[in-house]
Amino acid sequence: MSQNFRLDKGGLIDRSKSISFKFNGKNYSGYEGDTLASALIANGVHLVGRSFKYHRPRGFFGAGVDEPYAMVQLIRDNESIPNVRATEQELFEGLEAKSVNCWPNVDFDIGAINNFLNRFFPAGFYYKTFMWPRSFWYKVYEPIIRKAAGFGVVSANHDQERYEHKYEYCDLLVTGSGPSGLASAYAAAQNGARVILAEDKSRFGGSLLTSEVSIGNQSGHEWAENIISELKSMPNVTVKNRSQVFGYYDHNMLVMSERISDHLPKTNKYTPKQRLWYIRAKEVLISSGSIERPLVFGNNDTPGVMLSSAAKEYLKIFGVLVGKKPLIFTNNDSGYETAIEFKKNGIDPIVLDTRKDPSSEIVNEAKSLNIDIKFSYVVVAAKGYKKVKSADIAKISEDKKQLSQIENINCDCICVSGFWTPTIHLASQSGNKTKFNEEIDAFIPGQSKQNETVLGSAKGIFTLEETLKTSFEKGSELSKKITNKESNISVPSVVEKKHTNHDKFWCVPLPEGKNYKRFLDFQNDVSVSDVELALREGYRSIEHVKRYTTLGMATDQGKTSNLNGLQLVSDVENKVVPQVGHTTFRPPYTPVSIGAIVGREIGKHSKPTRKSPMHEWHEKNNAVFVDAGVWLRPRYYKQGNENLFEGSKREAKNVRQNVGVCDVTTLGKIDIKGPDAAELLNRVYTNAWLKLPVGKARYGVMLREDGIVMDDGTTTRISENHYHMTTTTAQAANVLSHLEYYLQLVWPELNVNVVSSTEQWAGAAIAGPKSRDVLQKLFPDLDVSNEGLPFMGYVEGNLFGVNAKIFRISFSGELAYEVNVESDNGNFMWEKIMEIGKEFNIQPYGTEALSTLRIEMGHVAGSELDGRTIPYDNSLEGLVSKKKDFIGKRSLSKSAYVAPDRQKVVGVVPLDKKTSIPEGSYIVKDAKAKLPNPKLGHVSASCWSVEHDNPFSLAIIKDGKNMIGQKLFAMSPLKNKTIPVEIVSSHYVDPKGERVRS
Amino acid sequence: MLHIKCPHCGLRSQNEFSYGGDATVKRPELNKEVSDQDWDNFVYLRKSPRGKHLELWQHISGCRQWFKVERDTLTHEIFRTLKANEEI
Ligand SMILES: [Zn+2]
Repeated sequence: MSQNFRLDKGGLIDRSKSISFKFNGKNYSGYEGDTLASALIANGVHLVGRSFKYHRPRGFFGAGVDEPYAMVQLIRDNESIPNVRATEQELFEGLEAKSVNCWPNVDFDIGAINNFLNRFFPAGFYYKTFMWPRSFWYKVYEPIIRKAAGFGVVSANHDQERYEHKYEYCDLLVTGSGPSGLASAYAAAQNGARVILAEDKSRFGGSLLTSEVSIGNQSGHEWAENIISELKSMPNVTVKNRSQVFGYYDHNMLVMSERISDHLPKTNKYTPKQRLWYIRAKEVLISSGSIERPLVFGNNDTPGVMLSSAAKEYLKIFGVLVGKKPLIFTNNDSGYETAIEFKKNGIDPIVLDTRKDPSSEIVNEAKSLNIDIKFSYVVVAAKGYKKVKSADIAKISEDKKQLSQIENINCDCICVSGFWTPTIHLASQSGNKTKFNEEIDAFIPGQSKQNETVLGSAKGIFTLEETLKTSFEKGSELSKKITNKESNISVPSVVEKKHTNHDKFWCVPLPEGKNYKRFLDFQNDVSVSDVELALREGYRSIEHVKRYTTLGMATDQGKTSNLNGLQLVSDVENKVVPQVGHTTFRPPYTPVSIGAIVGREIGKHSKPTRKSPMHEWHEKNNAVFVDAGVWLRPRYYKQGNENLFEGSKREAKNVRQNVGVCDVTTLGKIDIKGPDAAELLNRVYTNAWLKLPVGKARYGVMLREDGIVMDDGTTTRISENHYHMTTTTAQAANVLSHLEYYLQLVWPELNVNVVSSTEQWAGAAIAGPKSRDVLQKLFPDLDVSNEGLPFMGYVEGNLFGVNAKIFRISFSGELAYEVNVESDNGNFMWEKIMEIGKEFNIQPYGTEALSTLRIEMGHVAGSELDGRTIPYDNSLEGLVSKKKDFIGKRSLSKSAYVAPDRQKVVGVVPLDKKTSIPEGSYIVKDAKAKLPNPKLGHVSASCWSVEHDNPFSLAIIKDGKNMIGQKLFAMSPLKNKTIPVEIVSSHYVDPKGERVRS
Repeated sequence: MLHIKCPHCGLRSQNEFSYGGDATVKRPELNKEVSDQDWDNFVYLRKSPRGKHLELWQHISGCRQWFKVERDTLTHEIFRTLKANEEI
């Protein structure tokens, strides 16, 4: 296809590099340096999509980040990406894009019937239309809304792209590389400050790329290029294009998204597609410029109606004509710049100026070029459905209320200019109290909240001379504060055309008998009549009007619609805009892909994986792993075709009959030293610790101040002032913080140091009636008899040349020992245990067998110590000292905690001795009771008792103490099970605890 | 993200710290009679001021010290930070 709307020369594109691309299945070509939008317009394509609500045809309205219409679905490297702005997407070879919001296609869209039914889609239609009948919601309304909603389709595939995060610090962050950004960055860089200059487009220079100005003896564009190349050469400056600073957060932290590969056909394997920068800046210079404001008239959303500044940008940057019979509709001098640019390229524009008799340099230039200008004229309505074909225009009375005779003139595009809106989003996000400036009918930044300084047209300064002068000054002043250096920069002289005042008129009245839709928000299809209706219905606050009409709530965040919406509300309400106020600006300024926000923290990188030193051995021996917090632990060691149930049963049985070994490296370990260590333990644990002898371990329970059990574990007195504490795997970090809290803040007088030693030790639990035999062979020189190393005893030994700590403690309820060696020796220890244990039929066991063993013994663990239970609930009241004070003790006397029917842990056995009880089941008295069936408690843990060969569960139930022997029901509505059960003691195996002492 | 000055390490980003609540709460002394009311106030009752708030933070990914931060809960402005044993 030929590029009929491309000029023969001009623009910043590379005409030597032709690029072919596809849009809606058709092949087109453009040039390197094009955006998808400029290339489509060059090919005469103006219909890119359908609108959100009415499915009206949509073209291009802008040329950049403010674009409300041209959202496409991009197909790139086999990925389908929604919500891509054609005005920002750079062209690459083989690019493929599709229209969104249309079915079956963009030319014939069934949803467009909404346009003719639009009286059924008034303001607030989401709230009104779909309310009744109620039964219609799921079957009719929701599917329709779902089909119609959104801009594009999210891919269901896993995103294969790589995204990265980067943290950066700088003295000055400059957001935008227009004249104010360049001048301030340059001045700061000369003073030696660390500067980051961010530009969201691919080209630096901002307005200097399209304006007819000169700076010094160069054109604006040349000046910009020279400044940029000088900045790039400076070691203290980082210059980034394709980088949008989208959020201003607390304490001068800003987030910037850098598009690294979006403009390329494919991302290299290790090159990220996008990079998110977290930038902490000492000073933030906001040079984000301004966005042209639309004028509002009938059918002002027809493809071909666009911002005049965008038309100029397509001409000057891309060498593309947005139309060959342009109509320029303006209330200020900016429209003339576009008109003159058309004229220079051999196209005759017609200018409609709402002003009566403006006089300025640029108006005079247009006159001298013989441009057809009609003063006091307005566009009443655009004509044409899929593209502007003509315009109804009329002279307007001085009070802007009466239209004269309507004339129709031919045109193929309408370029509108309703003056400029400073881009104050970042300043507002910082907390800046913005104020309304009557002169420019827009909000500008006021008192700074953080260290933001706003420059140039973002501050409402619209002359280049003043922009450059103030920006050089600010850049120099702010950097000098940081670097204490000041180099002299002379502000270059500027030649620019002076503009005269704009006309405050912005919305063309409807002609008699016409009911044209006049749009305010082009992305969410919000028209003047929608806002008027909302106000008639009593909505007053601008925040409410916004939500009711959805004005400014689309992905463009109302960049082009906000102020006209505010103007309308103030006109109807007879208020002035500052009284109406503006809605809150929130980050992100532009949509950010979820991938960029997540960064590299996906899949196995989403959290660290901790492995014990014996991990490889487990892998080689068919361990099936399970996540335990951040640790990977063997769940069971699969033999043959065993499943989890069979494998864990075999392992648990072998512990009860012979001996098993379990990797307990993951247990939290805290090294405690100091003369007051015993006193600390005595205050932290509920039981007494002052008299624990050296070489002995003790089981302890610690509470929170509210009396709830926080954690349990054993602590061993290694020497006089040295203790070794163990915590559960899950609570290790919390317990350390807890100890530090009390030592540093509450009892700083205690002379104790605590430090985590979890990763220093590898641990193996050797459990079962034959464990002593194994231990004796591991440590032939030690006396490991019941007298030599009694229950809860501790001794140090030499394991074939390796130092080992041996604790006689048990979690399984069997005679058991825990051996710890330094982590590096963990694998050596493990292999020795397996080798020596062979003759005693040793088998490794995983977490599932470990659970089985502790459940049938009635040892409480995480599922009972669930942050809701006190010691009594867990039958740990025997460990609660009556004599001494400790953390949380005072709470234990609360009336609910001492109620006679207080909940308590019990055992649960199904009457049929066959049916396993799902964890989480409710225990109820009457399975057939009316709902809601009062529950007595819940099943916290279930296993297959290897001792009794039938299912066994632990439950925490009301008045558990008196429930033993009762026949009740376990109900699991989730699993749809009701199981008759008997309540028994929680100690289902060896209730007297003889085995651990044997 | 806040920028917090650890009195021991200097300015660091918030993600190195964990929050620890009101720094003005004093735990009742051990082994002393405490009324139900006073104990409940200590365990559960916290002020939620709009404005200046003296609070505890721990530099968990740094020196692991608990310290005090005087912060505006509305604006997030941090006025000063103090070591655990320093008083305002
Ligand atoms: Zn620190």
